[in-house]
Amino acid sequence: MSSPGFVGVETEYGITVDGPTAVNPVVASSLVVSAYRAAGSQDVRWDHTDESPLVDAREPRHQPAPEPMIDDELGLANTVLTNGARFYVDHAHPEYATPECTNARDLVLWDRAGERILADAAQRAAASLPPGSRVLIHKNNTDGKGAAYGTHENYLVPRAIPFGKLTYRLVPFFISRLLLTGAGRIGSHLDAGVPFQLSQRADFFEVVLGLETTLKRPLMNTRDEPHADPDRYRRLHVINGDANLCEVATYLKVGTMLLVLAAIEDGAVPEPPELADPVAAFHAVSHDLTGRVALPLLSGGSITPVDLQRWYLEAVAGHLRARGGGDEVERDVLARWRAAVDVAGEDPRLLSGVADWATKLELLEQYRGRHGLAWEHDRLKMLDLQYHDVRVDRGLYHRLAARGRVERLVTDEEVAAAVTAPPADTRAWFRGEVIRRFPAQVVAAGWDAVVLDSGGDRLQRVPMMEPGRGTRADVGALLDQVNDVGELLAALTA
Amino acid sequence: MVSDAGRTQRGQDADTERDEVQDAPARDAAREVVDDVDELLDEIDEVLEENAEEFVRGYVQKGGQ
Repeated sequence: MSSPGFVGVETEYGITVDGPTAVNPVVASSLVVSAYRAAGSQDVRWDHTDESPLVDAREPRHQPAPEPMIDDELGLANTVLTNGARFYVDHAHPEYATPECTNARDLVLWDRAGERILADAAQRAAASLPPGSRVLIHKNNTDGKGAAYGTHENYLVPRAIPFGKLTYRLVPFFISRLLLTGAGRIGSHLDAGVPFQLSQRADFFEVVLGLETTLKRPLMNTRDEPHADPDRYRRLHVINGDANLCEVATYLKVGTMLLVLAAIEDGAVPEPPELADPVAAFHAVSHDLTGRVALPLLSGGSITPVDLQRWYLEAVAGHLRARGGGDEVERDVLARWRAAVDVAGEDPRLLSGVADWATKLELLEQYRGRHGLAWEHDRLKMLDLQYHDVRVDRGLYHRLAARGRVERLVTDEEVAAAVTAPPADTRAWFRGEVIRRFPAQVVAAGWDAVVLDSGGDRLQRVPMMEPGRGTRADVGALLDQVNDVGELLAALTA
Repeated sequence: MVSDAGRTQRGQDADTERDEVQDAPARDAAREVVDDVDELLDEIDEVLEENAEEFVRGYVQKGGQ
């Protein structure tokens, strides 16, 4: 029986300041994060104590991390929100990392909450700039001019699964899932003959395996920093995905990964068809809109991305049956996955309203049909970009959603609640609730600890090494009974 | 490349020739779809950044992860 899954997604948002004064993107990102913090949230520092982003899954563990974490020292905004999320500046982008979630539906909710937080924060930041300034935020992954920025999924997996086995089992899955998870873009810097491709990020991947995330990007990232008990867990850091606006795309991206990981853990995923050149295949799948491109196999012959997805779907379906059908969200993910793969088998473009690339492509085709525009026309590039604008009144995804042209999974009311409230069933609940209830006494918080000031001689660090502990069920009653962190610490250690 | 809207339009014309009376509800539905797309594209024209050329050329991001 597989372990419970935990997932979080970090997104670096595109940022542009438009107005009378030029603003450097690092400063602009800091303004955005600080504006949100100042107006509503609390000034809770990020706790870096247990971070070691340069530990490599392929090397012996506990090696020292030579790179110091310097963002706080540079004065870049870096904070923790009452919904358990981290909101900060990374690589000249505002970044939102969702709280830990136990299932795909919750992840959609807290990921969407991030969009609302960014939209709100950008509006507040603009008010601090000279009149006529606009701060525009895009949930995308490339500027179309050679820069890429990330949307990283994080899954907690048992350390007992060998990393090599994970890689071997997952790479063909990553390559073929672009059909469902790609956010779409006009053009390709690898192939001038590609007018539109499935993925924002595929062109930027160069190797199969590696530690880096900003150059020579690998399909399988080896960062090994679990933010949990390292003897029991590793964190699978998936960097090859796109930022999604379509809720079903986010839901399938994360939901299918959780199902595949559980099946791998239980030994229910046999050896997948091995691709002759995974990186070339990743590009080929992205550059093909039919789902039928032939991907050469190491053993000879070839397979299509639709058939690869179906291969994983059947393995997971068998595993879920053997587990008694799974829970409600897992059953729903499987049903939607099957429906999407069936549609892709017919014509992947029919995934409009479900997959971002198909939704955007349909709009681009309709718009260029009306105005008779060539693919390289700036208005089409503008449409490609503005699809990702987080503003509800201007973002084209949001205009399509308002017309019922994309499928929704959660309500606006639920998203609004997730802007301030944490998920109830992970340690994010304790993190978020402590910040909400005792803002003046929380000095810092991280994924696996909070640092409290009860007014004594020393700050107290409360470790949270188990992502499934610190839930509302665990500590809700206790938190209701205490009036400050001094009482909280006494109760926790009683 | 033919637009999807174009394809819908052509399909509708072919149906009309074949079976004019029976297909009236289907034709109305198809017209609604076309009207809806027209309204959508009108809205896109309204909300799309006015100076697309300048905006697109100026949209340069620093690389991230």
